[in-house]
This record gives sequence, structure tokens and C-alpha cells, in this order.
Amino acid sequence: MSDSDGRNLLRYSAEVRTNHWLTALGFILAALSGLALFHPALFWFSGLFGGGPWTRILHPFIGLLAALMFLLLAAAVWADNRMRPADWQWLRQWRDVVANREDRLPEVGRYNGGQKLLFLVIVIGMAGLVLSGIVIWRAYFSLFFSVGLIRLASLVHAVCAFLLICAILIHIYAALWVKGSVHAMIRGTVTPGWAWKHHRGWFRQIGHDAHPRTGPN
Amino acid sequence: MPLQSLDIVRRSATTTPAPGVRGAYTGTVAKLIDTSKCIGCKACQVACMEWNDLRDEVGTNIGSYQNPADLSDNTWTLMRFAEYENPKGDLEWLIRKDGCMHCADPGCLKACPAPGAIVQYANGIVDFQEENCIGCGYCVTACPFDIPRISKRDHKAYKCTLCSDRVAVGLEPACIKACPTGALVFGTKQDMQEHAAERVADLKSRGFEHAGLYDPAGVGGTHVMYVLHHADQPALYSDLAPDPHISLLVRAWKGRTKPLALAVMAVTALAGFFHLVRVGRNEVTPADEAAAEKRA
Repeated sequence: MSDSDGRNLLRYSAEVRTNHWLTALGFILAALSGLALFHPALFWFSGLFGGGPWTRILHPFIGLLAALMFLLLAAAVWADNRMRPADWQWLRQWRDVVANREDRLPEVGRYNGGQKLLFLVIVIGMAGLVLSGIVIWRAYFSLFFSVGLIRLASLVHAVCAFLLICAILIHIYAALWVKGSVHAMIRGTVTPGWAWKHHRGWFRQIGHDAHPRTGPN
Repeated sequence: MPLQSLDIVRRSATTTPAPGVRGAYTGTVAKLIDTSKCIGCKACQVACMEWNDLRDEVGTNIGSYQNPADLSDNTWTLMRFAEYENPKGDLEWLIRKDGCMHCADPGCLKACPAPGAIVQYANGIVDFQEENCIGCGYCVTACPFDIPRISKRDHKAYKCTLCSDRVAVGLEPACIKACPTGALVFGTKQDMQEHAAERVADLKSRGFEHAGLYDPAGVGGTHVMYVLHHADQPALYSDLAPDPHISLLVRAWKGRTKPLALAVMAVTALAGFFHLVRVGRNEVTPADEAAAEKRA
């Protein structure tokens, strides 16, 4: 569980890191091309994709690739993201979370309540986007659906995209906020102190401190 | 650069006023389609093809005179033939010239995400500017009358222009010019309403007690109107919408929710920045490292 220097802990394998960044790249491109069509103020984003028609052509394919990458990522982290009572307690204490009073929070395992909630929102949002996106994909699929369903799917697509973009903005900030997180996702490792401070349950779980709560807590 | 009309009152996906110094000071225009005078000759359909240089594929017989079977990127107006057996047991052949209704409150324009791909002129005509069209099909999604069609060749949306090119230079639309019975007339909307009132009074005197003008208020009125013998049952005329309006789902999708959602996304991003400014990062201290070290 340690990397080459024998001290830091491996949090994300090279496979998961690659998977995460491919998902991130796909999501950002899908979000930018989608936002171009979301509001006129952002239509200029279409210039990044070669103009309006190219944005319309590329967006669904980019979205599908992002969703496929996320599916692989979700499969890898699914088991560790199930909500437990302690996670709800963690979320209820959001004031302590945002004030960096981490010592008052329940012990966190591999992922905290916020990360698990985010995961849930992303799973629901992605599923909503893919399903509604297929219905409104005019070039290939819309002819199979009634206009009422296409209208509903258009609304669902926009709502899911809005929720997901907000969730990802929070995700990005949280990664910058909790120092060491970005490094963990780029090079894979965290320091023992990082694991001890932010994910103590996981720290114990991976073999450190096999005798729980012997020392001062 | 296309010729400028300078009379644009609404422009799709545009949040500032469009060039609109020229007004329709003599009134907005309207096409009146009198279904009681129509003989189904399709001269209007042919005139539309001719003026606009459109040639649809030769279709197959679908059991009526209706051909092509539906509107398409190459068929902007279509005679729809319906056979209706009235309560007296008589057959009524209800023929309706279908095409864009040029709504005062156009769903297509509301839904369009491409700046300037759909415009509404001061005279009431709703026109597609295909060079700005991106082919997403949102206009098809939002139209209460199922009119726009996306071309399979160039992936642009097409529909009746109300011959905006002819009207702009003082001519009537091609279909109007071709109609041999006077079922199609064109003029200011007010004139057309007055003419329709005379036609409706005449039809009522002939026993069509539910005769009336179809100028649906749900879309703010239209610049293509029908005189119907059965104005109480528009659906008899090949499913003409009884109460057309922009769907609530489309309104929720394309209304004030959009700028609001945009603002919430911006605030979410800013909230992060100001959290950093006010609270700061959550960093591991040497004490944490030491505590971890003790248990390693």
C-alpha cells in the first residue's frame, strides 16, 4: 500500500487515475459544448468546437464517451460509496466541514459523506443525461419518440446538466480546498498524515494502527 | 452578408435588440385560408415548389389525394385531405392547406439556441435563417403545429417563409397568386379578419352554425388563419390543434429558468473562491503527520 519512497500511501491506482481524468476531460468538453446551447450568453463556447453545427454534432458523442468513462469509474468506486449512518451525521455537521473543524466530525472511511453524496448526484445526473440525451438526439433517435416525450427529455436534460455542473464545481473546489487531494489524483499517493486527518477509518483499514483507539484521539 | 430587412422584432438566442428600425406601420400581414372555398387542386402546393425551387420525391398513394404524405424539407405547404361523415350521414371532404402558421408567439423561436437562426419580422412573418441554423431540432420540439423539418442532406430546418422574399417587395405569397377559387387571400391581418367575418356570416347563413375563424389565442394569434366550417372541431381537419400553445415543458425548459440556472452555477463557482478567501485551505499539519507516524 506504499509507494516507492516507502512512506506515502497509494490512494488511487494508475488505472483509476487515468479513468478519472478521461472522465473529467469528457465531462468538461460535454459541459462546454452543452452550455453553448444552454444560454445565448455562452454560445461563444461553440467556437471551441468549430462552430454551432460542429458543437451540435460533437456534443452527444463527447457526452457518451464521458458517460462510458464514468461507468467504468463508478464500477471501481461503487462499493466504497454506499451511504452509512455516520455519513448522514457527517453531512448534518456541514458547518463544521466548511469551517475546517474536522476534529468534530465522525470518523471517515475511504470516502466522506460529501464525496458519497456527490457520487450519488453524479450517478443520477449521468443516467438522466444519457437517457434524455438519446431521446433528444435529433439526427439518429428522436424519430422514435413522441414530441411530448422529447419535450420532457429536453427539460430533464437541462435540469440534470445544471445539477451535475454545480456538483462538479463543488467537486473541483473541494479538491483544491483539501490540500493533497489533487496530488492524490495525479500521482496517486497521499501522506500518512493526510490519510490520518481526512480518512482515518481508511487509514486504519489499510493496516496502519491495527489496534484502534489506543492512543490519544 | 444577406440583404438586411431592418424590421426584426425578435431574433432567436439573442438578448439585445435586433436591427428593427423599420416598422410595419400599415399593419401586420396575414394569409387567410378559407377551407370552405378550397377545391383541393393543389395549385398552391405547385406554386410553392415553383417559386422556392423545391422538388420533393414523388411519393406513393396513401389512399387519398394527399401527396406527399407529409410536410418535409422540400414540401413547405401541403394539402391535407380528410373525409368526415357528419351526424346527418353526409360525407364532407375537409381539405386543409397545412404549413407554418407564423405564430405571434413562436415556440420555434423561443426554443432555438442558435443566435439569429429564427427571426420574426415586424410584419409578423416568422422566418428561418438557415445559414445560422445548427440543426439541433429544438424548433421541431417546441412547435405547437409540428411544422419544421430538418433536411437529411444539409441538417438545416426548413418551413414556409410566407414568401418573405416576395412580401418584402410588395408581392403576395406564391400560393395566394396561384389559388383559382379565392380560398387563399393575403393582406393586413386586420383586413383578413374583416374578410373572414364576412365569410363566417355567409357560412352561418348557409347552415354551418359553428363556422368561425381559426386565429388561436394560445400562441398570441397567427399570421396564417383559417376559416373553418366546423370551428368548434378543428381536429376534424387532419388534426388541426384545437388549443395550440407553447407546451409548459418547453416554457419550463426555455423560460426564466435559464438565466437563473446560469446565475446559480456562477454563484457556486464564486462560493468556492470566497470560501478560500475567508476560510482557507484544509491542510495537514506536522502534528497530523506525527500522529500518523506513531501508528504506522
